[in-house]
Amino acid sequence: MREGNNKYFISGLRGGLPIGIGYFAVSFTLGIVMQNAGLTAFEGALMSLLNNTSAGEAAGTVIIGNNGSYLELAMSQLIINLRYLLMSAALILHIDKNLSLKHRLLMSLDITDEVFALSIMQPHPLSPFFSYGVMCSTIPFWAAGTALGIMFGNILPATIVKALSVALYAMFVAVVIPPCKKNKKLIVVVVSSMALSYAFSKLPYISTLSEGNRIIILTIILGLLFALIFPHEEEEEA
Amino acid sequence: MNIYIAIILMALVTYIIRVLPLAVFRKPITNKFVRSFLYYVPYVTLSVMTFPAILNATGSITLGACGFIVAIIFSLYKGSLPLVALVSCLSVYVLELFM
Repeated sequence: MREGNNKYFISGLRGGLPIGIGYFAVSFTLGIVMQNAGLTAFEGALMSLLNNTSAGEAAGTVIIGNNGSYLELAMSQLIINLRYLLMSAALILHIDKNLSLKHRLLMSLDITDEVFALSIMQPHPLSPFFSYGVMCSTIPFWAAGTALGIMFGNILPATIVKALSVALYAMFVAVVIPPCKKNKKLIVVVVSSMALSYAFSKLPYISTLSEGNRIIILTIILGLLFALIFPHEEEEEA
Repeated sequence: MNIYIAIILMALVTYIIRVLPLAVFRKPITNKFVRSFLYYVPYVTLSVMTFPAILNATGSITLGACGFIVAIIFSLYKGSLPLVALVSCLSVYVLELFM
């Protein structure tokens, strides 16, 4: 049994490595955004170590940078990261149904889009030791990339930091645009989300809301609206 | 706002979302409306967070717009995130040299 756990752990380490390297690039750009908001390398690394979520941390950074409220911060994380609920729920069917609470609590720490996609491809039942292996080869990259992004943001020339400041947003574009080619409804979702977000930043009264609150409100309204008018067909797992 | 309280608050909220189904509810989500909502959330959030924020990211709307348009065009051809980001940054850097 011990030996089996070891085998799963190593297989998780290997499977997670390409994800970890990708994370390094993403979290480096996240670090640039954090540096612009005034976070130190230690604070950024700590945030990444404990959160493991690019969109959530980016929104959190904006709210911290604007000195928003704790309520706004908590709501932003709740809404933006709500999708992990779906992934966690999907993993229920994929683990041994008698798996102990301790393992369930630990495995939940690192449910991210990429780690979920890898975990769900593993043969049933998913071993918690596989998940621990994946954590060990992804979380350190995520935290180190963040810290390095902040450090390099501090020492690189301003022209380069300026150019790097679009990187995280460019990655977000690269997440939402390619699926639009397969699912035309997503074009409507993405375009109208961006258009309304722009309108919210310009309209009287509404534009006085903080950026964090605008993200929260738009995500709830548009998410509900699209769920209502475009119920999602299930063949492609979210 | 204390930064350490902020970081721990974020981590707690995010962990609760991740842990509830797997460790507490232990039941899959079957409601189609809820599943659809959760499916659309990342697309809406990322779109809202990206635009118009990218326009203001560099301090120049022209540079931001350049990075944005290049990212869209490039991600239609090549999906890889680091590559899209790199090309987008390069385009901003080159345009910056001419401004």
